[in-house]
Amino acid sequence: MSDRWKIALLLAPAVLVITCLFLGGLALGFARSLNYMPLIGLNDINLNAYVSILSSSGFYKSLLLTTYISFTSTLVSCVLAIGAAMILRRSFIGKPIASFLFQVNLTVPHLVGAIGILYLFSQSGFFARLAYEFELISRPADFPAMVFDPAAIGIILQYVWKEVPFIGVILLANMQTIGADYEAAARSLGANRWQSFRFVLLPLILPGLLSASMIVFAFTFGAYEIPALLGQNFPSSLPVLAYDTFTDVDLTARPEAMALAMIIALASALLIAGYVKLARRHVRQ
Amino acid sequence: MTIKKQGLSWIAWLSLGLMLTWLILPLLPLALWSISHRWYFPDILPSEYSLHAWKYVFSDTAGVMTALGQTTLIALGTTALAVLIGVPAGRALGLYHFKGKALVELLILAPTIVPGIAVVLGIHVVFLKLGLANSLFGVMIVHLIPALPYMVLVMAGVFANYNPAIEAQARSLGANPLQAFWYVTLPAILPGLLVGCFFTFLVSWSQYILTLVIGGGRVATLPLLLFNFATSGRNDITGAIGILYILPGVIVLVLAARHLSGRNSAAGSLRQI
Repeated sequence: MSDRWKIALLLAPAVLVITCLFLGGLALGFARSLNYMPLIGLNDINLNAYVSILSSSGFYKSLLLTTYISFTSTLVSCVLAIGAAMILRRSFIGKPIASFLFQVNLTVPHLVGAIGILYLFSQSGFFARLAYEFELISRPADFPAMVFDPAAIGIILQYVWKEVPFIGVILLANMQTIGADYEAAARSLGANRWQSFRFVLLPLILPGLLSASMIVFAFTFGAYEIPALLGQNFPSSLPVLAYDTFTDVDLTARPEAMALAMIIALASALLIAGYVKLARRHVRQ
Repeated sequence: MTIKKQGLSWIAWLSLGLMLTWLILPLLPLALWSISHRWYFPDILPSEYSLHAWKYVFSDTAGVMTALGQTTLIALGTTALAVLIGVPAGRALGLYHFKGKALVELLILAPTIVPGIAVVLGIHVVFLKLGLANSLFGVMIVHLIPALPYMVLVMAGVFANYNPAIEAQARSLGANPLQAFWYVTLPAILPGLLVGCFFTFLVSWSQYILTLVIGGGRVATLPLLLFNFATSGRNDITGAIGILYILPGVIVLVLAARHLSGRNSAAGSLRQI
């Protein structure tokens, strides 16, 4: 058997499954968003769902909120992850324990973290009780709203909690590969600590940082259960809006749900494309 | 500059301490709630403790044990399917260079980036027609979307460091293809395969929206139950289910702690959880 046939046979099941389920799911969602689904007797293609979405102010509020949540979570997570990795790469007493604790929540599902945030930051949560103990507030309602709030603080706190170790572990691996020699050389040539970070280490870890932040941004943009648990009712994040529209008793809303799903998919596709472009440019340099 | 500075400054210690506290902190209320009986505002700690929530969770009538069984069954099924489908693909990607390889890699990576909700709403109607909606098997299949790419990627990494010549040697010594696989290939790839299985299991274990849409409320896995209890305000039972729910992941992490830090692919695999 030639290598070509062997490769094709080895790849066939996986490619078939991903094509059918993943690309198929996207294609079906797209068809349904155009009101086209012969399987259930819909044959007229139209753009009504998109028109209706793009002309409602609720959609733009959701889009803005979701983008704001993703952007803030990714940015804060990146900054904290760089700091954590810079500390954890050095040798110190208790490093194995610190590294282990740093990674503990990697396998903890997002939903559990979201519930933990709820119990810590709600108006009758741990921090509200602490504030009462120190006589900063006199009743739960005095505690600033940090869950179900317009600024989505609870959601962002949850993502930061979960993504800092994720990005941190990737950066740590990068830094281990790079070693400390380049920075040492920069320092011996007169660079101060900030300069050796800004002009030596940061450019070296940038590819890893970029790919990690792309993954985090895409995930936080499309995750459902965290904003569903910690978010306010209106405006809700895009995935929550999409699911709520999908489960609307009015079946004519289905194409709109699919259109929202397509917009989420498009956003992640743009992210991938942007990342590939950035990565290529970086390689060329 | 041959002298490396050892140890941390006090400010680094403080930041590290704060960071680690923050990372552990959200898990503590869950544990505490699960053994609390009375814990009203403004008590910092429960005023009375009991094992009521744990008794409820382990009782036959609560449905938590059924959900635990279903979650486990689905995760095991998804893992088995991912092994059957993903190991050959990993072998092709790890061992060979061929035309269109970058495209295949992009296709296999894409489901790890594109959110599940964007895909599953479209699949639902076809799964309904095929009778796969509202069934355990349907949920298993749909979990393959986020899980399979990780198996393929982990196995591609394993096969990239694997020398297929040892199979030819086994064959020339008289082993049939099955024997060559069982006695030569499998032992060589087993550690990596186990890592792939752990990750696939955990990815399936942590799915929420895919199960919700395809399971249609008939397939009640632990995360669905957990969400319902969390929104209905039963904090003690939520705490107990939450602790139960994170156990497999924590156990895997303890087992794999040594291998995690230096490996990009391993960390990437934990993304969908």
